[in-house]
Amino acid sequence: MSNQQSNRFFFNVDWITILIYVALCTIGFVNIYASIPTQSDSSVFNFSSNYGKQLIYILAGLVLGFSILLLEAKFFSVFSPIVYGITVLLLIMVLIVGRKVAGNQAWISIGGGFRLQPAEFAKFGTALLLSRYISSFSPKFRDFKSILFAALIIGTPLFFIMMQPDAGSALVFLSFMFPMYREGLSGYFLLIFLGMIVLFVADFLVPMAVLIPIILAIGGFFIYQNRRKQKVMFSAILVTFVAIAYLFLVKVAYEKVLKPHQRTRIELILGLKMDPRGVGYNVIQSKIAIGSGQLTGRGFLQGTQTKYGYVPAQSTDFIFSTVGEEWGFVGCFVVIGLYLFLLLRLINLAERQRSTFSRVYGYCVACILFFHVFINIGMAIGIVPVIGIPLPFISYGGSSLWSFTVLLFIFLKLDSNRMGFI
Amino acid sequence: MDNLFNRKYIVQGLFIVVSLILLGTLFYIQVASDRYFLSAESNVLRKIYTFPARGIILDRNEKVLVQNEPVYDLMIIPNDFKAADTLKPIDTLELCNIIGIDMIKFRKNLKKSTNQSLFQPSIFEGQLSVEIYQSLSEKLSRFPGFFVQSRTIRNYPDSIASQFLGYIKEVSAKEIEKSEGYYRPTDYIGKSGVEKSYETLLRGKRGVVRMLYDVHNVPKGSYADGKFDTAAVSGEQLISSLDIRLQKMGEELMKNKVGSIVAIEPSTGEILAFVSAPGYDPNEMVGRQSGNNYMKYLGAPNRPLNVRPIAGYYSPGSAFKPLDALLGLQEGVIDPNTTFNCPGGFRAGSLWVRCEHVDGNIALRRGLARSCNTYACYVFQKLITQKKYKNQKVAYDEWQKKVRKFGIGDTLGVDLPGERRGRLYDEAYYSGKYSKYWGYSTVISLAIGQGEMATTPLQMANIMAIIANRGYYIKPHLVKGIGTNRTIRPEYLKKNYVGVDAKHFEPVIDGMQDAVNTSWGTAIASRIDNIIMCGKTGTVQNSHGKNHSVFIGFAPRDNPKIAIAVIVENAGYGSTYAAPIASFITEKYLKDSVAVYKRAQIEWMKKQVVLPAEPKPKVVTPKPGDSAKVNTPPAGKQTIKTVIKPKPAVK
Repeated sequence: MSNQQSNRFFFNVDWITILIYVALCTIGFVNIYASIPTQSDSSVFNFSSNYGKQLIYILAGLVLGFSILLLEAKFFSVFSPIVYGITVLLLIMVLIVGRKVAGNQAWISIGGGFRLQPAEFAKFGTALLLSRYISSFSPKFRDFKSILFAALIIGTPLFFIMMQPDAGSALVFLSFMFPMYREGLSGYFLLIFLGMIVLFVADFLVPMAVLIPIILAIGGFFIYQNRRKQKVMFSAILVTFVAIAYLFLVKVAYEKVLKPHQRTRIELILGLKMDPRGVGYNVIQSKIAIGSGQLTGRGFLQGTQTKYGYVPAQSTDFIFSTVGEEWGFVGCFVVIGLYLFLLLRLINLAERQRSTFSRVYGYCVACILFFHVFINIGMAIGIVPVIGIPLPFISYGGSSLWSFTVLLFIFLKLDSNRMGFI
Repeated sequence: MDNLFNRKYIVQGLFIVVSLILLGTLFYIQVASDRYFLSAESNVLRKIYTFPARGIILDRNEKVLVQNEPVYDLMIIPNDFKAADTLKPIDTLELCNIIGIDMIKFRKNLKKSTNQSLFQPSIFEGQLSVEIYQSLSEKLSRFPGFFVQSRTIRNYPDSIASQFLGYIKEVSAKEIEKSEGYYRPTDYIGKSGVEKSYETLLRGKRGVVRMLYDVHNVPKGSYADGKFDTAAVSGEQLISSLDIRLQKMGEELMKNKVGSIVAIEPSTGEILAFVSAPGYDPNEMVGRQSGNNYMKYLGAPNRPLNVRPIAGYYSPGSAFKPLDALLGLQEGVIDPNTTFNCPGGFRAGSLWVRCEHVDGNIALRRGLARSCNTYACYVFQKLITQKKYKNQKVAYDEWQKKVRKFGIGDTLGVDLPGERRGRLYDEAYYSGKYSKYWGYSTVISLAIGQGEMATTPLQMANIMAIIANRGYYIKPHLVKGIGTNRTIRPEYLKKNYVGVDAKHFEPVIDGMQDAVNTSWGTAIASRIDNIIMCGKTGTVQNSHGKNHSVFIGFAPRDNPKIAIAVIVENAGYGSTYAAPIASFITEKYLKDSVAVYKRAQIEWMKKQVVLPAEPKPKVVTPKPGDSAKVNTPPAGKQTIKTVIKPKPAVK
């Protein structure tokens, strides 16, 4: 690489995003350090502890990230089917040789005490292939065939993740709807999706005898409004009946398909059940820890809930409770603010791409991160069911940090190369 | 750029909205509500209490009335027990054998504790003896979830003065709520007597150590370096005014009788003896059987839990007559030589108040000594018909106000809970009852301490203290020194004057001296060798049965040391029971022992059983115009047919 080239390269990389990335990783390290219950050796370089390991992960992540920046931008587009293929193979492999952790067969040991979680890597594999498909065939998702094809790309890894089963990672795959929406998928799909969620929640809170007349009334209103437009009227009739059918389907699925512990989680979130010492224990303890931080927090290493181990999975899925307790509302505001700034910036960066591949991929990155942040923080403060997914860049764990790093830095590489053609 | 570009704003808008939802929720749980902050504190903070020793109570000579004795409570943390039991079954039968309960009781206790709290310790079986504790402590490690907490309980070496001392029991839920966080379940609180009225001094101050605990319940050191920790402070010691010797003697004399003895030191208002019969052994209100014993006494005949000296109502009867004379002298309606004629009774309108004896012309000294009803009624008539008042009703109201100054009709402010006021009505009451048609003759029975007048034994003893002091009293009290500094409440130092000049007391005291010390007196059964005792017997009518025997008095005449009131219910004449009992106690106090020749009388008195007959089953249909009507006060302007029974003369 010539000197001139490298200059151009460093000027073109979006340093603001890298700065936010480093900031979030640092916040993660600080809070993981605080989350270790008893510290006999509290040296930062105690590599047998979680925070020591996380330090290695962060440094390795930086190396990984900058290596990606050194790769040829074309590589990602060209090799996307291969990357995708490898991640799907890993997902199949994990079902065969994987280790069971907490009921989910999601881990592959790679020696030295390190383990790999293929589902994390499946996200950018899928993102790459989806971008490639959209950029190569420019489907506008107006026809059934292109939607089906995109669904196949997303659905294949999703299927294997469901087999583990890892509901959290599976849910994140819904984030691919947003890039598709940006590229032409009808907004109705998002609305239908939203409607499904609303109906699902309403199904538990409102008795059927009230719910069905309400749906019929709303449906009837639309049918009447559009009585002259035959086509619209028929869709309205269809939607109404599908909605009612869906209600019954949810009820049946809820009672026959879901496992008892999953049912309990849903009921807890919807406030139908109080169970402070049972399944809801995690959430209640997490809320207590966050709530006890009040406006400015208890201060670094001063959080009693954190220090004395009251919140389970504190350094991984519930890391946000440490932020909340020790840094208070101010700290939460800063973290959420950083994420929001990063997400908005990624969308803006994506929009300035000349290549469709880069744009779609940028959307994929932003939306995957968004789902993770929303679900993780929402879970820690009890407005989303307990779904075990990490908080990007902050949660303890090599797999998740590296996969997010790779996800993000591929986009930064594409962005630095936005003037060139892929 | 295509129109799809605008979809960027929808996606970005969604990001912003969701971020705001997250921040809003965070604001609520972190800043707007402190519920989670408090939950966090209760997660990690445990308060460990150290219990102070309750204050002891001594008698006036500093002999112990109440002391503390260690006991051991078997505590349980139900969750720990259950967790260990599921891992490896615990030999609960052995535990039952050690502490002496059966499995049914065991399950009952376990359920009770579990209902109280699964995670907090509660008393599983309270107040184990030292022997049980010793055999249990060797094997305690085999019963996970159980531990022993030591505590002290009350112990009464002489088993006396139960109603005065009162008892302590576990706090009720209501008391916990009222104490605003001071009491906690399983704490003890004074429920009656001095234990209740001096609770805040006796209980001392509980110590507290704030400890931090981690999620595995492992202590992690003290909170804020012990800045908020406090040490336990023992309760204050109380020195009571009681004299154990008098108290003990009084309780023995009153055995198998119903009634009270109250003895007061006139110069200080200190109560020397405070006997309520029937009583109970205070030690029975302590320990594992206390609950059963309490229920036993609650339902027992003659209600041993009643504190008769301050809650029993008795007409003062003849004991009231000195007040007639005192008020008459003060008002100037009589002088010591004013003579009335007693033809064997007094006519008040259509009412005939009978006198037991026909004394002819009688003046103050002899009138009191012989307890002449006629003399008392004449004085009363003169007081109420004084010309300086507009009418008899106004005069009556003035009269009753003066009587109130002697402590009748209101509480005296003794330092015990449950003191009652007695009964004395004002003018408005009678005007309400009889309209305007009433006068001295309507209420004439008040002149001889009967009718609508009731006093407690304490009030009667206090009247004697007033006469002994020649015109004032200090509020009677039972605790003369609090704590090591022996402080006394200021209200128990103040002299309360009754509004009668000291010079008027001597003639009255002359009469009371004669009552005891002359051949024609009514109270000669209370005579004491070499000591001039002044007194008055009373035979109080009792609508429920036999008359009550009453004696009130003080001794010696000059510089009195003791004022006393004795009431023996249903015992008939005052001279047969009450007067001798009073004399024994007075003699014991003044001479330190009772004359040898009286010992046999004392033993005889102790053996006497004077209990009211078991109440007969009530007759459902009383005959019209039957005795039931007699008790209802007459109404309207009417000739009162109430016949006041004669006052018997003794010997």
